[in-house]
Amino acid sequence: METYTARELMAIVAAREIHDGEIVFCGTGLPLLAAMAAERIHAPGAIIFFETGAVDPDLREIPLTVADPRVMYGASLNAGLAAAFAIMQNRFLGPKVVGILGAAQVDRYGNLNSTCIGDYSRPVVRFPGSGGACDVGSFVGRTIVFIRHEKRRFVERLDYLTTPGYLDGPGGRERAGYKHGGPACVISDMALLRFDEASKEMYLDRYYPGTAPEEVQAHTGFPLDISRAAPLDPPTAQELRILREEVDPQRLILR
Amino acid sequence: MSEKVTSLAEAVRHFIHDGAYISFGGFTVNRQPMAVAYEIIRQRIRGLHVYMHSGGQALDPLIGAGCVRAVEIAYGANGRFAPTCVRFRKAVERGELLVEDYTNYQMTLRFLAGAMGVPFLPVRSGMGTDIVNRWGFDTQMRRRDPQLPNRKLVVLDNPFADGEPEPVVLVPAINPDVTVIHVQWADTQGTVRIAGLTFADVEQARAARHVIVTCEELVEPEVLRAEPDRNQLPFFIVDAVVHVPYGAHPTACYGFYDYDAQHLNAYRALAADDERFAAYLDEYVYGVNDHAEYLEKIDTEALERIRAVPPFGYAPGLARG
Repeated sequence: METYTARELMAIVAAREIHDGEIVFCGTGLPLLAAMAAERIHAPGAIIFFETGAVDPDLREIPLTVADPRVMYGASLNAGLAAAFAIMQNRFLGPKVVGILGAAQVDRYGNLNSTCIGDYSRPVVRFPGSGGACDVGSFVGRTIVFIRHEKRRFVERLDYLTTPGYLDGPGGRERAGYKHGGPACVISDMALLRFDEASKEMYLDRYYPGTAPEEVQAHTGFPLDISRAAPLDPPTAQELRILREEVDPQRLILR
Repeated sequence: MSEKVTSLAEAVRHFIHDGAYISFGGFTVNRQPMAVAYEIIRQRIRGLHVYMHSGGQALDPLIGAGCVRAVEIAYGANGRFAPTCVRFRKAVERGELLVEDYTNYQMTLRFLAGAMGVPFLPVRSGMGTDIVNRWGFDTQMRRRDPQLPNRKLVVLDNPFADGEPEPVVLVPAINPDVTVIHVQWADTQGTVRIAGLTFADVEQARAARHVIVTCEELVEPEVLRAEPDRNQLPFFIVDAVVHVPYGAHPTACYGFYDYDAQHLNAYRALAADDERFAAYLDEYVYGVNDHAEYLEKIDTEALERIRAVPPFGYAPGLARG
């Protein structure tokens, strides 16, 4: 029986969601670990690119921000923001991109808040804001969302809607003017959640070792369909070895 | 020597005034025009209206020192070095700073629109979100201030398409009074060469009435003219060129030095406390006359550790935890 931390597990669950040959839009932190792990485990053809404009760099060390000079070395192209976002907004390329995003709050339709808690004009807590998240959530074929599983984060109503998920439910994205996209899954430290084809509502797909569906529901601020839930396949020794030894040997993100 | 080549103090005194509308280049912890930010603080300039996409290390001490009245930004964080920029967060939570939120692409397109001389550009991001629905500046403030567009963002159906409505978001142009960028090379005429990612520096510079460039190396025009394909800005849009080695410290400058992780981590901790932050400014900003004196405060071993190693452009193995 392997032992592992919640962060290691989350990175591996996300890595499994990345398909070979996909273009991966990456933030830093866990999303980047997931993309780098996927590339080394099962998706050698995955292409990592950053909103700052770096395409497919030679990541010898973990970048700590998307503007880290480490994203510039050995890249196929060092461009800028205008070119990077145009790739995602482009009708031919955008659908091939998977974006990985983090957030402070998520609602049942996968809409995200990374701006503030409390009233926008005088927030109780201020977060960094969209950065490129709203653009990515608007443009790309599908997104993967990382978030800690707490009732105050999985909320009935967001304090601020920064990044569009399925907005108000079925047909919401289309009515607002989005051509495709939306969140494929939410990865928390308790579970892997997906969205129902018809209702666009979040449901529990896999719960992690050591948790139970009822416990996941108890940490979620809205009713969750747990009827389809099954236990997650735990990380394999190979997945853990690659993550620890090849992706983040300095434990800058895994800590 | 061309008349554009000047000192940091002179460039700031001449082009950045109280209440100026100003944009800073770079991105979070890379090529932030830190030397200019510190000089603005030293000259106690007040009431700045700042435009940035991902406003990181340059923005934070400016806010903390009380130089900034309002910001239009997409992001206020420094990756691992500050999940949310500390003084930015404090100022917003205390109601001391007006903020209007956009996305990184929207801000980039707003600079591009300004550079192109058109009033707005369309984008497909943000429909149905609070980025469109919630304004940071109210109607009154917009009416009072001729620099501000009278609305935040406008959703419009594509006028070229028949049939189903096809909504797009229109983003208003930005034309700052001055844009400040820090680059690897500039020549005495003002031609600019950036290595690595350009972020939105080119759009930000082209959109501005005046441009201040600080550079790691100041060279003669024939050096940059020998390889014009590598240059980004025409000399005639640049008003001031200042030679400031390590002008982005503690942020990185690709090919020259890495970010100073130790300094950035120390800053985050100090910035969390009002008194210790004031002491930081006294030590590193008010207590020195210019950037050369600032650098004397930085341990020479620290500068040696962050020196970029070819061909990587950063410092491999740098302790960054």
